[in-house]
This record gives sequence, structure tokens and C-alpha cells, in this order.
Amino acid sequence: MDNNGITPRLSLAGITKAYPGVLANDDIHLNILSGEIHALLGENGAGKSTLVKIIYGVLKADSGTISWNGKPLEIASPQAARKLGIGMIFQHFSLFEAMTVTENIALGMPGRQNMAELAKKIVDVSQKYGLPLQPDRHVHTLSVGEKQRIEIVRCLLQDPKLLIMDEPTSVLTPQEAETMFKTLRRLAEEGVSILYISHKLDEIKALCHKATILRGGRYIAECDPTKETAKSLAEMMIGTNLTAPRHMDNSDRGPVRLKAHNLSLESTDQFGVNLNLLNFEVRTGEIFGIAGVAGNGQVELLQALSGEKTLENTDELLLDGNPIGHLGPVARRKRKIAFVPEDRLGHGSVPDMSLVDNAFLSAYRTKNLLSNGLINSGKTRDFAEDIVAKFDVRTAGVDHTAGSLSGGNLQKFIVGREMMQEPELIIIAHPTWGVDAGAASAIHQAIIDLAANGAAVLVVSQDLDELFAISNRIAVIAEGRLSASRDINEISIEEIGLLMGGTNSIDSADNQGGAAHA
Amino acid sequence: MLRIEKRPEPAKSMVYLTPVLALFLTVASSTILFSVLGVSPIEALDNFFVEPVKDAYGVSELLVKATPLILCAIGLSVGFRANVWNIGAEGQLTMGAIFGGGVFIYLYDVDSVFLLPLMIVMGAVGGALWGAIPAFFKTKFNANEILTSLMLVYVALLLLSLLVHGPWRDPDGFNFPESRTFSQSATMPILWEGTRLHFGWILALLAALGAWLMLAKTLVGFQVKVIGAAPLAGSYAGFSQKKIIWFSLLLAGGLAGIAGVSEVSGPIGQILPSISPGYGFTAIIVAFLGRLHPVGIILAGILMALTYLGGETAQINLGLPIAVTGVFQGMVLFFLLACDVLVNYRFRFKSYGKAVS
Repeated sequence: MDNNGITPRLSLAGITKAYPGVLANDDIHLNILSGEIHALLGENGAGKSTLVKIIYGVLKADSGTISWNGKPLEIASPQAARKLGIGMIFQHFSLFEAMTVTENIALGMPGRQNMAELAKKIVDVSQKYGLPLQPDRHVHTLSVGEKQRIEIVRCLLQDPKLLIMDEPTSVLTPQEAETMFKTLRRLAEEGVSILYISHKLDEIKALCHKATILRGGRYIAECDPTKETAKSLAEMMIGTNLTAPRHMDNSDRGPVRLKAHNLSLESTDQFGVNLNLLNFEVRTGEIFGIAGVAGNGQVELLQALSGEKTLENTDELLLDGNPIGHLGPVARRKRKIAFVPEDRLGHGSVPDMSLVDNAFLSAYRTKNLLSNGLINSGKTRDFAEDIVAKFDVRTAGVDHTAGSLSGGNLQKFIVGREMMQEPELIIIAHPTWGVDAGAASAIHQAIIDLAANGAAVLVVSQDLDELFAISNRIAVIAEGRLSASRDINEISIEEIGLLMGGTNSIDSADNQGGAAHA
Repeated sequence: MLRIEKRPEPAKSMVYLTPVLALFLTVASSTILFSVLGVSPIEALDNFFVEPVKDAYGVSELLVKATPLILCAIGLSVGFRANVWNIGAEGQLTMGAIFGGGVFIYLYDVDSVFLLPLMIVMGAVGGALWGAIPAFFKTKFNANEILTSLMLVYVALLLLSLLVHGPWRDPDGFNFPESRTFSQSATMPILWEGTRLHFGWILALLAALGAWLMLAKTLVGFQVKVIGAAPLAGSYAGFSQKKIIWFSLLLAGGLAGIAGVSEVSGPIGQILPSISPGYGFTAIIVAFLGRLHPVGIILAGILMALTYLGGETAQINLGLPIAVTGVFQGMVLFFLLACDVLVNYRFRFKSYGKAVS
């Protein structure tokens, strides 16, 4: 149990967990000292989620021991874990959409709560750690980024001794991430241990004291990430040499495919953001990136582009010069537009339906999966299997439900489904959110290849590294307005951060609320 | 302290086992009920489940009673899958009987092979019309269809009563609140000589087959399932939620309407102030007991029909009140829902991590 004479706060030894047919964890060792920020690195299916669920008491290990401050014990349930002082921020949020921020947080806490006091505490904690939140807003009106802030604040309110964070920065701006790193470093100085799961290797190098690397359910190594390069970390994680996505030459940009001309949309949601006179063009063969902090009109823009919300004035959106603003999703798909929405569970896919059915969901028209008005199940199955094969989706079979896939694998499936319909324009929201480095680089390469083959690509993302890695031009959305687009070579990450503007400060939530009502 | 939490992986096989388990629990608790009522439980259960189907006629009666249950439940199950909670099948059934039966009232002297088909079509139209009202209010004003469809049941029942007591009363009927007896060409053909088993049974089987085909193989069936399971994914795919609300309410109404017309032109043979012992409500139990699946619904429909027959037998032979039937049906639904909760959730005693020595 000893680690150079110091008793670790949490120590795992020989943890093994088998699922039918898969050994998810095979003899894993992990030691986290107090005040240590410890990275857990691994690809999709490496066993990170399983291990974390065991630590958090959601799953029970088949064998192996868990020690807390040197004392072996059993963590029977998440409540037991919380009682010990383990807090967890999940990648998929567990929030009640119809309730307010305060009510959601109260639900996660033991005993009765004084709501007014709790709301005040929420504001205090969220300001202290730079995580703006309005306690009385309903969760369904919040963006992914804002929902994550609730989860973080919920954990911090309970004074955790060990904080588990599953890819927390994927929805934050660089400035916000930097603020959070400061928070985490401060927490670590106060003696809190942090288990940090991320695929952003630079981040891990900058933040973490130690890293444990898993691959294929096995423990590979423990190392000091500050002494490794991003490349060497990635190689330990994947086991092969990484190839960076090949960046496309800017010169082969073709004619304008999609043009938004003074695109405006009034949000039907009282806390939504109105889109205000957006102008942009996406040309064939280029990747156009839209950056911005969550909750600045991305949700509304994506709805307007996908046809889930149609425009009053059809001329505000033109495809190859023809107005399409009045068309619904099916009609737009018929014109060879494909979409990857922000939320892959429940929006991009039906969690309880099989991959076969989910392949049918958006592709039945373009792939002719209906014959004589009936679903051609053989052809649909072939299509689903094609996606799984071409996009390396790791699943036991296409009859399994979409909800049973890990986040990264489901994302590969959805991206694959949309790309294999051979779109001439593809609109992708957060293509690699919560996806590990291996899958992310595969998705990036697929996007780049698609553009190289003449498709126009629009990527909405909050991950600036990602936008810089793949896009040719970039614009920033803030409070429902879009900045002028800039060539990728002419703009730096810092400049974009500034364009995101006043929304990075702590009081931004108030500004957003004000803008929505204006 | 006891608390309930979601099971991480509910057992798939239990989904099909729970109806059987629910039935078993119903039988077990009804023995207590019978003992309290002063009847030997064995005799009572024998009267409920064995006596009614001892002969061929009993079996045919079972199918006669199952017919309207299956027709209504098939329609309801499609709506339930799409999260459209239509509980007004009883009213839609009544409107079907009014529209379908009304055709005969006004064309009573017509002797044509087209009379019955016209009545069936009008029955479906009447039921669908009654289903259209909640659909309109739901899609236009977001009015809760549970309330609107339920309230319309009582409107339909009163309308039926008004018609039978007033304009549709048999002119040669000594002022009894009954319509003319249906003529041969307005009556459902008998399938089995010497019994009351009629063409409606075939319609029920066709409805089940059609619903199965629709759900498994057609785009609209796929839309029903997607919108029920993940409405946002439905709108992402371009499926219209309003269209599905209209579709499922019209379909359920139409099928319930056919059930209504097949009752008045089948076993009843005329329009009476009361034409259904709550088939439309029992169909809700049938739909859930059949796991919203057409094949399951046929089986569940037959089972629930048996409780109607058994209730009558027990009333005649043992003097048990007819309310026992309702109690029986209620218990089945109660235990089914309870079992479903236990399949998806588990009880846990609150305990925190303890050090193991």
C-alpha cells in the first residue's frame, strides 16, 4: 500500500471487472495521493469509465481491493462514495430537465435543504470558481456547457476529498479552462485529490502531477506527464504511432454552397438566445468553423440550419443560391445536407433502439432504405454494418442499442452515418466532444477527407484546438451575433478568446439573460 | 432507510415474465378476497377460469368478448408507444356504435350486401372523429389528451342515451329505450354455426396483424417508436410530432369505433343505452398486459375476456357480486405495474461504505 512511505488517499490494487464477453478491467493499479491531480488516460473502451464507476460505487469489482487512506473498504454505492468524500462529474449529465438549477443541486444532497440559502451558496461557489450560474433557471433551457457547470458546482458544494472529473474542459473556452485549472490547483493545494480524465494531452501536461495510462482494460504505466511529450503520452495510450490530421491546402476552395444572409430567428424558449442578422458563407471544399461559449446561440443556429426550426424568411438561408429557409429536415437532407447534432444521446440517436434502427433514422431517404413503402431491414442492417466497419465503431453487434455504446463510439457511429450518405454539405456540432484522442483524430481525418472530396463542412465547436486543427476559416458566435469570418492563418487562439468577449467573465450569465429578453 | 434506485441493467427476460407473474399474484391475492367473501377459493377460481371455457360454446364466447378488447387495445397501444395517452377508447367505441348503428337506423329497409361494410366504415369514421377532438386540442393548444379523451367518454355515453331514448327508439318497441333489431344484412356474419362468434373476430386479428406490420416494417411505425422513445431524435430526423399525435388518435378512434359497431351489429343486434361493460377501459389493461405488442395484446385480450366470463359465472353459481370482475382486472394492472417497477428499479437499504477488517 505504501507509496514511498506516504499513504495514498485512494489506492486500487488488482481491480478486475468482467462483462459478458469483455474483460473491462484487468488487474488495474492506481494510487492517488492527497493534493494530487492525477490523470487517467486511455482510449474508448480502455476501461476508464468502468474503473471510475467502481471507485464511485456504481459498479462492484469482481476482485481487487480499494483502500481509502490506507484502510481497505468496500464502496457499495454512490452515496457511500459521497459520504467518504468522493465527488464525481460525469460525462453524461444526470439532471432533471424540468427543474431549476437549485432544485437539481438540492436533489443531489443528503437531507432537506433551505432553498434560498442553497441558491446563495450556489452563487458564492460558482463565483469563487468562475463558473457562472443562475440558480433559478430551468435546466432544459441551458446549454451543455452550462449543465456541466451545475455538476461541478454540485460537487464543490459537498467539500470533496477526491474529485473525479470526466473530461471537464471539453465545453469551456481556453480562458474558462484556465480559470478552472486555477481552481483545481487551489483545490489541490487545499489537499483535495483530483482524478482527471481527459483526452487533451496538453491539458494533462499543464495540469496533472501524475498520469495512469490504461489500454484495452490493462494498466500500462504510471508516469509524470510533465516529463513526457504529448506525442509520447498519446503513443502509450494508443499503442501505435499517431498521425496528425493532414491539413488541407486553402487554395482549392470552390463556389459558395451555403450562404446565410441576415439570418435571424427568435427563440421560442424564454431563456434562449435570439439569432440576430447572421451572415456567413460555406464554400465547397472548405471547413468553416464557428467558435463560441455554450449558450450564445449555437443551439438556435443548429436548429435553423437543420430545419428543426424553419425560418420566417426563406431567403435568409441559401443552398447553391436557392432559398431553403422554409424547408424541414427531410427536405434539406434530400438536398444532400447532413447533420451531426450536439447531443448524441436522444438527439442524434435513440438510446433504446438498435444501431440498425439508428442507421435508418436519418438515412432512410438518401440510402433508399424503404422499398415499396416497407423498411428494407436487410439493406438497413448492411448499412449499419458498413458504418461500424468503416468508422471503427467498437460494438458487439449492430443489434445492440445506441445507449450501450461509449460516448466516443456512438459519436463515430453518428458521424459515420451522416458521412456515408455522401453529403455535399455537412453541419457538425461538437464533433469530438467527450471523445478520446484516437477516435477524435479519426473523426477529424474523416471531416478533412470529406472536404477534400468537395463537400462543404460547417463545424460548430467550443474546442478551439479542434477548430484550429481542421478548419480553414473561423467565426465566433457571441450573444446571438456572428463575428466576421477570418482565415485560420490570420487569427490566433488568444484573438478568438477575445472575440468571445465579455461572455468569459463571471457575470456573463446575467448578460446572457438580459440579451435573451431584449 | 429504504430507498428506490434504478437498476443499471434491467433483465430483458423479465419484460415478458412480468405479465405471468402479475397474473399469478392476482390469483394468489384473490384467494384471500374469496375467503373473506365466504366462498371457497378453489371453487371460485374454478368458476372464474375453468367453468367458462369447459365447452366449445364457452370458448366461442371468450373470443366474442375478446374481440372489442383486442380492437381497442391495438389502437391504444400504438398511441402509448408514441407517448399519446388516449384513455377514451370507451367513448370512441360508443361513437362507432352510434355512427355505424345510425346507418342501419336510417337505412333499415335496405337489403344490400353493402349495408354492413358501410356500417363498419361509418363506425370507424365515428370513432376516429371522437379521437380527432383530443388530437385537435393537443396539437393546437397542447391540451392534455388524458383529460380530454376521458371527458369525451361521458359525452359519448350521454349522446347514445339521448338517441336511444329519443329519435332512435324502436317505433314498435312499446317505448322501451331500444332501437330496432338489426336486419340480417346489417348483422355481422357468424363464423361458427351455433355460437355468437362473428366476423368482428376476424377484424380484430386483421387489426393486430396490420399493427404489427405497421410497427415493424413501415416508416410511420418507425416514427411512432422514435417519437415515443426520443422526441428530439424524432424532430432531428424530421418526423412531425403533431402528425403522429393525429395518426395515433385517429387510428385508436377508428379501431375502437369498429369495435363499437361490431358489438351492436354482432352479439347485441340492436342499439341499447349501454353497449359495453367498459371494454374501452379494460383495453388499457389489455394493451399494457400485452406489452404494447400485437401478439401479446391478442393473448391479453383473451385473458381479460375470461375475467368477464368468469365474473358472470361466479355471479350465477356462487352469488358473488359482479364488481369482483372489476376488482380482478384492477389487481392485474396493479400487480403488472408493480412488477414493472421492480424490474426497472430496486429497493436498497441505505448503507454507507464501512471499513472491512
